[in-house]
Amino acid sequence: MTILLQALLNGLVSGALLAVPAIGFTAMFAVLRFPNFSVSGIATLGAFAGYVAYAAGLQIVGSLAVAFAIAGAVGLFLDRTAHMPLVKQGALPAAIASIASGLVLENVVRLLFGNELRGYDRPIARDLRIGDIRFSPQQLETMAIALAIMLAVFAALAFTRIGKSMRASADNPELAALKGIRPQRVAMMASFVGMGLVGMGGMLLGLDSSIDPLTGTRILLSIFAAAVLGGLGSAPGAVLGAFLIGIAEEAAVLAVGSAYRAAVGFFAILIVLSLRPRGLLGERAF
Amino acid sequence: MLNYLLFIATIGGIYGLLALSLNLIWGGAGMVNLGLAGFFAVGAYASALLTTAGHLPIVAGWLLALLSGGAAGLVVVLSTTRLREDYLAIVTLGFAEVVRLAASNEIWLTRGTDGISGIPGPWRAALGRDYFNAAYLPMLLVVLLAVYWLMRRIDCSPYGRALRAIREDAQVAQVAGKPVLRFKAQAFALSAAIAGLAGALYGHFTSYIAPDLFLPLITVYIFLAVASGGVGRPTGALVGAYLLIALLESARFFVELIPAVTAVQRAALKELLIAVALILVLRLMPSGLLPERIPRAPRA
Repeated sequence: MTILLQALLNGLVSGALLAVPAIGFTAMFAVLRFPNFSVSGIATLGAFAGYVAYAAGLQIVGSLAVAFAIAGAVGLFLDRTAHMPLVKQGALPAAIASIASGLVLENVVRLLFGNELRGYDRPIARDLRIGDIRFSPQQLETMAIALAIMLAVFAALAFTRIGKSMRASADNPELAALKGIRPQRVAMMASFVGMGLVGMGGMLLGLDSSIDPLTGTRILLSIFAAAVLGGLGSAPGAVLGAFLIGIAEEAAVLAVGSAYRAAVGFFAILIVLSLRPRGLLGERAF
Repeated sequence: MLNYLLFIATIGGIYGLLALSLNLIWGGAGMVNLGLAGFFAVGAYASALLTTAGHLPIVAGWLLALLSGGAAGLVVVLSTTRLREDYLAIVTLGFAEVVRLAASNEIWLTRGTDGISGIPGPWRAALGRDYFNAAYLPMLLVVLLAVYWLMRRIDCSPYGRALRAIREDAQVAQVAGKPVLRFKAQAFALSAAIAGLAGALYGHFTSYIAPDLFLPLITVYIFLAVASGGVGRPTGALVGAYLLIALLESARFFVELIPAVTAVQRAALKELLIAVALILVLRLMPSGLLPERIPRAPRA
């Protein structure tokens, strides 16, 4: 029983961390209409940008801001130069180009930092215990930060002009353009914020463990699975999907060992696509 | 030197097979397979296991590679046929990851990350290493040409035209009475079978396979080959595969010349170069060196 509760708690923590990049990915898909595979490279980039900032003396929140800004700027640049010009030909050429640009980022990081594992040098703290369930104050802190980021994103989508115009564009691009929403600006905003969230997600997941150039590639399938599970293009769906994937991954560790943790995302995608192809919340519940 | 040329010509032929496989679905039916490396691995492992642990002849291994690649392709494509192409991209990417995980962790079957060594090659013992390489290349080229011929036949056949119609507009094809789902599933399974065969040919040539040889990078290589050669044209796929080999080998040569970089940085530079080349080709030369030719419709 304790083992199960512990797994549930760990799953909720990793789900909260996963939700941040998953919202970013799904929001970009909703507006730009192609699956952007460069999230793997961007997550790695964010993790390393945050790492450098943290090593230079910034606090966690400040380092996250650096990760957001750098990942967002680079993501926007890649979308403008490499991906969006190809969307005219269809979603597939853009998706293929985004795999290549993810690879570019991964190797730029490898060139600068090498392949060895690096960890954020955080102060050590004693685990807190409730009964037999243990959790570290740092886990709690990163989870709280992730929840705060999510709240901020949903508030922005619900109440700000740019958030509303993003939702309008995702829902019906032609109608939104007719109403005077400039599609170009919304697309650029989606790239910047979406990739910024992915970069912060890379750093949040790195805070919990360690980082290397493959950090983003390892979480790529989980991010996709969270987004597909909730319904591609749906931000609340991505959050729900992220928590479910986080819990399922911890459950899989209990059931079959940690070796197949990374396969959970794939099988979740297969099951959802077979039973409920539009995802749990549907594609348009932005 | 001759041995080196024979070696890269053979690897080029195997990439050629993979490029033909990708071209069939990407160029032919407008579908995408980001898990090409996974189907490549399935074929390589199926054939290696059957001929080492199963002690069956090499030809049986190749047949099993074809079948298992095709079966895996069918499973993957059938789970996404009702959905848009973006989902197929995501599922195939995941498939390749899961294949690599299984190959690394099912140690009782695949010997894990140690890989399988001592995969028999046809008459390898009798020929010795040098003559084996010289004998394997023509054999591979026969297979390659047979697949190439099949692809050309498909392109000119009513089936190929139906696939292209599906690529241009699946709804119109459906309205015209073409069984869109069945055709797409068939094309994808055939393409995956060819990738599986390529895997078997690779394993029996190098005599060693391991999970690390089937990284997603291979898939990026093949996309570069098909995109630069010309999407939708089998000849382009072959030309692209050998262009890719030329690029890879010259990149290796030039990266050696850069002073004061570590081995890791050299590898990173090489991957960087391939990825940038793919972006540039897609952006600047979308129809490739040999653009697709639409065969004239036959007179009724």
